[in-house]
Amino acid sequence: MESDVLIVDDSAAIRKILQRVLRQTGMAIRTIHEAGDGLEALELLKGHTVHLVLTDINMPKMDGLQLLGAMKAASEWQAIPVVMITTEGGEAKVGEAVRLGAAGYVRKPFTADQIKEKLVGILEPALSL
Amino acid sequence: MNLQKLIIDSISQSVIQIFATMLGVEIQPGEVTTENGSPEANDGVVSLIGVAGTWAGTGSITCSPILACRICSQLLMTESLAVDEEVLDAVAELTNMVVGNVKTDLETHLGPLGLSIPTVVFGRNFKTKSAGHAEWYVVKFPWDGEQLIVKMCLAPNDRTIEVKPHAAANQVPLSCTLDV
Repeated sequence: MESDVLIVDDSAAIRKILQRVLRQTGMAIRTIHEAGDGLEALELLKGHTVHLVLTDINMPKMDGLQLLGAMKAASEWQAIPVVMITTEGGEAKVGEAVRLGAAGYVRKPFTADQIKEKLVGILEPALSL
Repeated sequence: MNLQKLIIDSISQSVIQIFATMLGVEIQPGEVTTENGSPEANDGVVSLIGVAGTWAGTGSITCSPILACRICSQLLMTESLAVDEEVLDAVAELTNMVVGNVKTDLETHLGPLGLSIPTVVFGRNFKTKSAGHAEWYVVKFPWDGEQLIVKMCLAPNDRTIEVKPHAAANQVPLSCTLDV
């Protein structure tokens, strides 16, 4: 089964890089949606099936931790795994993401292999939901 | 703790690692200096990010338009021939990664710090000034005839507001002011 992924980052550059990296991993991905902040992501989730969310933390309007909190509080989205991909590597932010229910955490800079390694174990169980 | 050495080492390691991982480029630090007082006029692209917490300051990346296009081309694997929105976004993201990694290194010693969203300026003969900070640590990275300049200033934040009862709005430290 192919999966639908949502990339949330205010940087178009990072969205483009992640698109390329996801395609390079060889994982069965059907659609890659994009959003520039948490609010845009929530709007997109209302109208599309998404199996995995990759999100930055520092973004305008609604940051990644707020997006994660909003998804985990909504019954229709709480089972979707959310992976944080961010420059934020401090214990406080990582701890907050774990407490809110993040499925994984990848620090920038990242390699395609790091992304694949992190996502393989997350996407497969998510597809069976 | 020698803050100057910590910042310079962290900038150097961050840039080396980010260039190797995200741009596929080997780069090494060159001249290391400190800057005081009025900054020199800039030509090209300057990207700034504020750092806030019990310590506050600014991190920046400065480069020529040619280098900005090269950064974008390497990062996105596209051909960038002129400074456009995509190029400015690529430089902003590079700044975010470099300053973000330095911030994470510094948090071990200085406690939690926050980062602002990057601001990128492109033009000729302009100056940037961060209010309240006198000394900048500057690391220059030569790259094929051009220079990537990474700067950072950081000082104890005497503007951090004491938390008072019933003053919810005052529970976040004031961020550093950027006068661009």
